[in-house]
Amino acid sequence: MNRFAYANPATLAEAAATTGLVAQAMVTLDEGAVLKAGGIDLLDLLKSELLTPSVVVNLRAIKGLDVIAQDATGNLSIGAMATLAEVAAHPLVRASYPALATAIAGAAGPQLRNVATIGGNLLQRPHCWYLRSPAHHCLRKGGGHCFAIRGENQYHAIFDNHACAIVHPSTAATALVALKAEVELHEAQGAVRRLPLEDFFVGPDDDIQRENALRPREVLTAIRLRKPPASTRMAHLRQGEKAGFDWPLADVAVVLTLDLEGICREVCVVLGAAAPVPHRARAAEQALLGQRLDDATASDAARAALRGATPLSHNDYKLALFETLVRRAILATLA
Amino acid sequence: MTATRTVTFPAGIVEAGLGTVTREIPASEPPPWPPNAELTWIGKDVPRLNGREKVTGATRYTVDIRLPGMLHARFLRSPLPSAELRKLDTSAAAALAGVRAVVVLARSGDRLRYAGQPVAAVAAVSPGVAGEALAAIDAEFRPLPFVVDMDEARAPDAPLVYDEASVPKGNPSGFPAAPGLPVVGNVRGPAVVRRGDPAQGFAAADIVVEGEYRTQVQTHSCLEPHAIVADWRADGLTVYMSTQFTSGVRQELAALFGLPLNRVRVVVDGMGGGFGSKSQLGVYGRTAVELSRLAGLPVRLALNRHEEQTDAGNRPGTSQRVRLGAKRDGTLTALAIESHGTAGVALGAGIGFFAERIYTCPNFETLQHDVFVNAGPGCAMRGPGNTPGAHGLEQAIDTLAERLGLDPLALRDRIDPSKARREERRIGAERIGWSRRHAPGADPGPVKRGLGVAQSLWMSNVQTNVACEVRVLRDGSVEALSSVQDIGTGIGTVMAQVVAEVLGLRPAEITVRIGDTEFPPGGPSYGSRTTASITPPLRTAATRVLAELGREAARMLNAAPEELEARDGRLRVKSDPARSLAFRDAAALLRTDRISAVESRADDYPGFRRRMPDAAMALEDLGGVQFAEVAVDTETGAIHVERVVAVHDCGRPMNRLLLESQVQGGVLMGVSYALLERRVMDRRTGLMVNADLEHYKLAGAHDTPEIEVVILENLQGSSATDAYGIAEPANIATAPAIANAVYNAIGVRLASLPMTPDAVLAALGKTGRS
Ligand SMILES: Cc1cc2nc3c(=O)[nH]c(=O)nc-3n(C[C@H](O)[C@H](O)[C@H](O)COP(=O)(O)OP(=O)(O)OC[C@H]3O[C@@H](n4cnc5c(N)ncnc54)[C@H](O)[C@@H]3O)c2cc1C
Ligand code: SF4
Repeated sequence: MNRFAYANPATLAEAAATTGLVAQAMVTLDEGAVLKAGGIDLLDLLKSELLTPSVVVNLRAIKGLDVIAQDATGNLSIGAMATLAEVAAHPLVRASYPALATAIAGAAGPQLRNVATIGGNLLQRPHCWYLRSPAHHCLRKGGGHCFAIRGENQYHAIFDNHACAIVHPSTAATALVALKAEVELHEAQGAVRRLPLEDFFVGPDDDIQRENALRPREVLTAIRLRKPPASTRMAHLRQGEKAGFDWPLADVAVVLTLDLEGICREVCVVLGAAAPVPHRARAAEQALLGQRLDDATASDAARAALRGATPLSHNDYKLALFETLVRRAILATLA
Repeated sequence: MTATRTVTFPAGIVEAGLGTVTREIPASEPPPWPPNAELTWIGKDVPRLNGREKVTGATRYTVDIRLPGMLHARFLRSPLPSAELRKLDTSAAAALAGVRAVVVLARSGDRLRYAGQPVAAVAAVSPGVAGEALAAIDAEFRPLPFVVDMDEARAPDAPLVYDEASVPKGNPSGFPAAPGLPVVGNVRGPAVVRRGDPAQGFAAADIVVEGEYRTQVQTHSCLEPHAIVADWRADGLTVYMSTQFTSGVRQELAALFGLPLNRVRVVVDGMGGGFGSKSQLGVYGRTAVELSRLAGLPVRLALNRHEEQTDAGNRPGTSQRVRLGAKRDGTLTALAIESHGTAGVALGAGIGFFAERIYTCPNFETLQHDVFVNAGPGCAMRGPGNTPGAHGLEQAIDTLAERLGLDPLALRDRIDPSKARREERRIGAERIGWSRRHAPGADPGPVKRGLGVAQSLWMSNVQTNVACEVRVLRDGSVEALSSVQDIGTGIGTVMAQVVAEVLGLRPAEITVRIGDTEFPPGGPSYGSRTTASITPPLRTAATRVLAELGREAARMLNAAPEELEARDGRLRVKSDPARSLAFRDAAALLRTDRISAVESRADDYPGFRRRMPDAAMALEDLGGVQFAEVAVDTETGAIHVERVVAVHDCGRPMNRLLLESQVQGGVLMGVSYALLERRVMDRRTGLMVNADLEHYKLAGAHDTPEIEVVILENLQGSSATDAYGIAEPANIATAPAIANAVYNAIGVRLASLPMTPDAVLAALGKTGRS
């Protein structure tokens, strides 16, 4: 870990009635500033020297960034600094977005969820063990090759894994992408941009050294969710090696709407821990559209979800695992 | 020969009917204790006396110690799995401001054999400056060919970890390797143990089963890292160390630095786990002391997690080919094991002891090999040898039972001579509901449940070079002293119980001072021997001070000293309890400020087998039988261990709460071994990729099954307390019990550890595309 200064902009708390001011304040900060939310991943990034900041800026003291609230139209805004525990327990989240509550309540462990924030969760870096090992200078760190593709890849991607085989580490993202969430980003000049979370994540083909489109001195301030139509059903399932304090080997979110006849009219199937970004299983979605949900259609869709997968030497078990989780998640939406 | 007398001990399993055994014992020893039901404190649920300090964080661990002027030390380690050190120049580092000492541990031209091998160390005024000093060391490593995988290391053209001249003779793990074994390539052995005629035994068998089992490398993963604060002064050396053996470390230090024993003091207060990896001084301990000697200041050296995982010991990985021959009725005719194990650059991967001892079999053979690889040295770990050994044999026995059409318990009733385990099987079967056990894979639906059983065997070890002191002070307060260390088992509480039992006081009234070589030598806390070794001399010492106190009291009470007993805080006349004196008032009669007795372990009980200069094995083996109930999701490969029933014996149970806590820890570690843990070495770079506690997965609270512990009272009349240990037996049977339960659930055997979802899916033929 390098030496760095620590900034705790508590005075901004009063000034920052609008969170844009936070970003403005960032301009005055050093080039090498990094933000600290819960600090869970940040600490590991510092220890493995993936980050060597000159100053760490704590976002904790800034008021208003952790608010979870509904607007007049019923859309939900989740402040980036809301902790995972707060999001998972929030009545509005539990009522309207149960798959998100489930995904978050099963992530990491209780102590971690009490500290980790939803924003930090989306922005945590991948946990590929070569990436986290200072001794392996891999492609994602600007090195010459990927160690995982021909190495120890049991926890790696089964899709889009030809250049870099990381899996996206956020379990919350699996559910949020399936819910078509948007992120709200405040830029340094005070400008706000919003984009679908799905487009926010960046795959290795676009830029192998980053996982998202966050710009320098930009702050993630909120996650926005549309009010789901009444006929929406959803589920999130995960399977890990450990029952807690561990990332899943595989997780799946399914969000769909059924018409009065029980025919699937809209559907989003997302696989987590499958690809460098949360993976939309579009073939599975196609397989479900216009269908009544039952064992057979769920199984067909689950098989379709794995079409095109390119498992590596040690991770073909993920095919069966995902197939099971997709099928079960589809059926779980009926429960 | 010291004077002896003949006494009759209660003997046998109390729960199953008690008998007696008559022995000659040293005259200085107190008479045998009756069964626990007739005692006040022994065998009772006395809560850990320092439990409050532990859970509130008040306990001081070695890593918490800060001495004035203390320096911080760090290691420079080899970044490569195999290298020649081409250059090592520490002058720039030594010249840095704030650097106080530098120690060189390898010379230019030396061969380095694993990534993480220490090359040099520095001590500086802060960890940061120490880090800068490491960066200032000019070291050049020439990469050499390496091999980190055991199977690859066995290939004829594998890179050699050692050449003939450099193969280690001794064994850092504490198990002396048989001398004169052949070394071919990276393989040393076989070490052969044979009895009877195995070939004939197999020929005479009605049925032969054969299986190949594998176990992974497991790291000790102590929550408290290896740590030492060394304080070298002109008048002597004091070392604070997270160690399982204070007096052993003192011996090592005295010999190494040419100091008389009376100038070396080793201290440990709280300790956060050892599991075998903190039994010796080690390179880190030696280095810290040397740095302190050079700097003339205290030096703190604590390993970080990466160092813990790569260079603080590990349990060797094994592959075992097990063959069993049996008659139709289950009688074993032959048992043969060929094993390969890797302890990295060290020796000591043997697993055969378990099979050699546990079942009756006239014809027996083990051929054991150590395989060297370019990885950190293994060392003893909770039930060394027996834990991996049980995993192979107990699954083979399960397979044999099935082939014979016998219940696994019935087969064991036939071939297992241990009375304790027979009783344990009976009790355990009842508790787990063994009669519910169905045919393998019989459950309909994707989630299948199963029951399994496996057994444990461990030696009843005793350290003979052990002593302790009991003092009664004139105000009636009492101290018990020994250098024995509490590595988390709660031995201090047990000591208080013993003294309280003898003196008729409450355990909380006894101040126990341990973990300091200023006190009489307490022996090591490994090999599950602490309680067995320390409690008998402690009881004898307490009995002696009581006798001395009784002499004064007897005069006051107009009785003979032999007529007195100590009970409920009073000394009283047995035949007339109304004539009594408070313990405190008796102490007030003392002529001096205190009286004290130092006693050592009697080691001349019959049946003692001396194994090493300071250690012996007592009368019988320790048993233990564990039952597991699992649910296996055949579509995700996930195994959920729902319940473990662990039935154990350890002679006289001294404290049931502490015993349960040991067994729970052993079971949890076994669950972790069975399902999660493995060291992952990258074959291309030769580096461990999960040298942390994130990707190296340890079972935690969420993974803990319901654990039901039953402890038998199995008296043997083998010492003044008749107590034995439990820590290792508790760990040995868990993984094979789970493996057998998994087989019962899904009808497919998972021969390798850990049994992760990918392994389960592979065993079910479900990997790849459907
Ligand atoms: C044992 C363990 C198990 C885990 N299991 C799971 C799991 O199952 N599923 C899962 O999803 N996660 C899991 N995690 C990861 C954990 O949830 C994340 O590390 C955590 O959510 C990060 O949140 P944080 O608030 O601590 O972020 P920080 O560590 O503070 O920040 C992470 C990164 O995001 C940046 N950042 C944070 N907030 C903002 C913001 N508002 N704007 C711009 N940049 C920002 C920081 O600069 C930093 O680079 C696990 C972690 C551990 C240790
Ligand atoms: S998977 Fe990506 S992060 Fe991991 S080694 Fe390969 S390039 Fe690096």
